Amino acid sequence: MKEIVVISGKGGTGKTSITASFAVLGGQDVVVADCDVDAADMHLLLQPEPIKTEDFYSGELAVINQDICTQCGKCFDVCRFDAITVTDSIHDVDELSCEGCGYCARVCPVEAITNIPLNVGKWHISKIKTGSTMVHAKLGIGADNSGKLVAKVKNEAKLIAEKEGKDYVIVDGSPGVGCPVVSSLTGASFVVLVTEPSISGLHDLKRVYELVAKFKLKAGCIINKADINTKVNLQIKEFLEEEGIVHIADLPYDENFTKAMTKGQTIVEYSDGYLKRTIIESWKIILQTI
Amino acid sequence: MKIAIASGKGGTGKTTLSTNLASLIAQTEKVVLADLDVEEPNSGLFLKTDLLHSEDKFKMIPEWNDSACTLCGNCQEVCNYHAVIQIMDSIMVFPELCHSCYACSELCPTDSLPMVPKKIGELKHSSTGDFDFIESRLVIGEEQAVPLIKQTLQYVDQNFDNDYIKFFDSPPGTSCPVIEATKDADFIILITEPTPFGLNDVILAIETMQELKKGFGVVINRYGIGNDDIIDYCNENSIPILAKIPNKREIAETYSKGELLFDKFPEVKTELAKIATYILALKTQLA
Repeated sequence: MKEIVVISGKGGTGKTSITASFAVLGGQDVVVADCDVDAADMHLLLQPEPIKTEDFYSGELAVINQDICTQCGKCFDVCRFDAITVTDSIHDVDELSCEGCGYCARVCPVEAITNIPLNVGKWHISKIKTGSTMVHAKLGIGADNSGKLVAKVKNEAKLIAEKEGKDYVIVDGSPGVGCPVVSSLTGASFVVLVTEPSISGLHDLKRVYELVAKFKLKAGCIINKADINTKVNLQIKEFLEEEGIVHIADLPYDENFTKAMTKGQTIVEYSDGYLKRTIIESWKIILQTI
Repeated sequence: MKIAIASGKGGTGKTTLSTNLASLIAQTEKVVLADLDVEEPNSGLFLKTDLLHSEDKFKMIPEWNDSACTLCGNCQEVCNYHAVIQIMDSIMVFPELCHSCYACSELCPTDSLPMVPKKIGELKHSSTGDFDFIESRLVIGEEQAVPLIKQTLQYVDQNFDNDYIKFFDSPPGTSCPVIEATKDADFIILITEPTPFGLNDVILAIETMQELKKGFGVVINRYGIGNDDIIDYCNENSIPILAKIPNKREIAETYSKGELLFDKFPEVKTELAKIATYILALKTQLA
């Protein structure tokens, strides 16, 4: 079983539209994992019907029992996150600032503070329109730890793939280079970088590839909206060449991406033209490369 | 006054709006723009600036000093992040897991885990001639954006008084880095595109801002593609639409070169001016 992770560094380059197309092309051979738990969108194209839904707990939150609290201020003194608020000498916890380190509870002389496990979101196992399985999640509002929820989604997808004898897990990652991205890269067999020929696209590609290179992972790149800037397009190709990244394809700037999305379809279901053929070709190249 | 520019979805135009709006408003007001998307900072690519000052930013992590350590195991027990682990007769620290809470260090009976600084990023303060620009960038491999965002906001607070309009170009998403970047702002501009993805993600962002009890308005970028669902949604929920920036291939091309838009596209400037008017009215109201 191979794991294909699609990331982009920069947001809005077409990562999810392309990943969902691969999910449709892969059909019964793939299990899909939407690891962009922060702003998940793949469900809009693949129409998952949940078979199983579970709460996800990660990290803790300090809670002060006001009946016991003597307002000594020790919790306030040790908290490095400014999460203890004091109003009219009532000590309380700012839920958004608390990082659940538990230090306050350890130093409270009257044991007025307890740590409660935090529900940070839900995750689902669903059937999608190809008949295959998708694992996806929704992080709670402002929740922390998307790295751990990402790991959960990915591991569940892998377990299902192993159990059902599927050849591939295809992962839609999140933008950036922080914890959720690190989490989605862990254990990847191949990384697909989706970029666009803008100076931001190139800048972000270089940063995220630095991370991919740290993990010593094999990567390929799809340049979306390839024709909006020929100069930057060439710079991207030079970069790919230098770093030994497989150039998978150039996709044109095409508003059919949006039109397909508006219909709740992937581009390979919606159109029959050049774009569709190129994405089919890209999927073949990826399968040959890994 | 602090204005954060955010979006649920990535690539909807946060940086475009931040740089163009800051440049336009700086013609009449004192402005500072801070790029808080420390994982992938892009605002600087669109601005011609002179560097005024740069500094490394650190987070504090424990470092094991074995001379007095009795291997009592207290540090491992108090760390909720599994960042301090005792393996055989030594203590291992995993810096990327550490949240700098100081519990292991300060609760160690033999002071064997002093806190030491570890570089997590770099802050640059520069000037475009018209306004100040602050950018922080996370060292690749560092996983936590929040401590760097926090320190960048502190820098802005310490160096610019309330006369300034402070713009924060925020990271995408709705999780902890976004909360950190927006929680002290007076007003949030949520920028989205009129597509199903844009709508889905801006609703998440709206719910986040409602949870934070923040005032916010929506800017629609690439207006003309997709559909009008976002407009219906805003109208039904009484959410102000501050501007609609038109969809045009030439705009995407100009953006791709790293150029500002408002001088080239009068239709963009008109929309930015609407946002500027809104912000300035808000500033008067707050003062």
